[in-house]
Amino acid sequence: MNSILNHVPIEYYLGLAAILFTIGVLGVLFRRNAIIIFMCIELMLNAVNLLLTAFSTLHGDAGGQVMVFFIMAVAAAEVAVGLAILVMIYNNVRTVDINVMNKLKW
Amino acid sequence: MKALIIISLLGVVAMMAEVLRFKKLLLPLIALGLMAALVTIVMDWNSDMRYFNDMVWFNNYALAFSGLVTLITLLWLFIGHDYFMAESNRAEHAALILFCLAGAMAMISFADLTMFFIGLEILSISLYALASSNKKELRSNEAGLKYFLMGSFATGFLLFGIALIYGACGSFNLVEIHTALSKGVSSPVFVKAGVLLIMVGLLFKVSAVPFHFWAPDVYEGAPTLVTTFMATVVKTAAFAAFYRLFSSCFLSFAEYWVPVVAVVSALSMLAGNILAVYQTSFKRMLAYSSIAHAGYLLMALVAMNEVSAGAILLYAAAYSLGSLGAFACLHAVSQQGNEQIAALNGLGRRQPVIGLFLSIIIFSLAGIPPVAGFFAKYYLFYGALMEGYTWLVLLAVLSSLIGVFYYFRVIYALFKEESEAESGNTGIHASNLVLLVLTALLSLGLGLFPAWIQGLIL
Repeated sequence: MNSILNHVPIEYYLGLAAILFTIGVLGVLFRRNAIIIFMCIELMLNAVNLLLTAFSTLHGDAGGQVMVFFIMAVAAAEVAVGLAILVMIYNNVRTVDINVMNKLKW
Repeated sequence: MKALIIISLLGVVAMMAEVLRFKKLLLPLIALGLMAALVTIVMDWNSDMRYFNDMVWFNNYALAFSGLVTLITLLWLFIGHDYFMAESNRAEHAALILFCLAGAMAMISFADLTMFFIGLEILSISLYALASSNKKELRSNEAGLKYFLMGSFATGFLLFGIALIYGACGSFNLVEIHTALSKGVSSPVFVKAGVLLIMVGLLFKVSAVPFHFWAPDVYEGAPTLVTTFMATVVKTAAFAAFYRLFSSCFLSFAEYWVPVVAVVSALSMLAGNILAVYQTSFKRMLAYSSIAHAGYLLMALVAMNEVSAGAILLYAAAYSLGSLGAFACLHAVSQQGNEQIAALNGLGRRQPVIGLFLSIIIFSLAGIPPVAGFFAKYYLFYGALMEGYTWLVLLAVLSSLIGVFYYFRVIYALFKEESEAESGNTGIHASNLVLLVLTALLSLGLGLFPAWIQGLIL
């Protein structure tokens, strides 16, 4: 497996993961549609998955890939709850724009 | 470990309650299960067990905090009782609370970053659902969504940090990470970035400034019972995990993260206390004060010496008991939908028992001797002073004084002469009263023997 890292060095994976992660963070901070924000959070998690797989290959250790499975499972559970919350909100206010969510202020 | 298994199974059984038609038995069943879990924790005391290929590690530290969160949940049942009498979704709420507790225990007793992550997520995902469990109430919806978005955002940071640490050390195991870091790694940049990212993720979870902005909204919007659970069990578990991770792995990089934690701690105490002064809603005031309490607790991470673990345990116990009592009162008076401090007006005059015991609770939260809160603060300040953080302790004392000011507004309201218009409150429900008295007495007891709890773990 290490031969892959001979062709594409680990720094490239790290760079790609960092870029994907940053795109995700910016998306969460600047988009107003809750579903797009969900997608951006998924993007962050998948950037982490990519990084973990790359490091796992680098160290020749399966632990990183096992962690990826856990992250995938947890992300799926998280989205299930998140979408349920979103559907509930949509039923109440007929929109998924998070600017509507401003009832709580001091 | 037995406690963790009992509570997880109890959660599964609770889910069946609706189908198998034993909803009426649910509350006694849960209470019995939690007591059994407490007994196993006491029996396991002083054993040092590792399970699941070194992923879970139950030593006295983990046992003490597991016992604390179980005990808090048991006490919580007194006000949670209303929740279980509701017509719909009774079994689901019970199961979610129990899964939350199981997650908290997993994240207290982790010995591997994978387990830490799984525990944190079990805890958080159950809470997202609980925070928005009041389906028709738009404020609860909003709280759930905000909590969900902020929580999973924080998880992203935490995971990126974990991935970088894994990249530098080649393992998720705490002991192996510690060995790798103290030997020196080839890429310390990864470790520094990783530690900072993990810290950001955890500071989000414990709602420290500048990652606190979700906390007041979520605390206010969520049903009061869930808020109580968040302010007590979740905060205790998050701090226990925070301390375990940073004290066992990252001490060799202390000079990079300790100053950051010190500044965050100072900001949290000041911002939390100052913003709490401006609140008229009791619930929101407690939310802001919980940010301040997170700031005090962070002082233990700054000090990181032999008194720190015990100080966190004592402070978490004192703060949780205080919050339980205060929220029990709030829950009782807010039945009419009024969560303002003014809703308490004159309550202490009409009901001297409530007045007396709520005052004890407030004294504990504000940190006035001889109640538990004072001694908890004392140990935290003492630990920080030992490491030479005089400026931090001075700021902490100063912000405690601000804290005394707004906490005393509650006592003032309790004993105020009331006008005829606002004599709506006749009394509070018996179970809430029992909890209030119980937590006040426990706080007094902790105040009499603080060294006992503090010395439980080293």
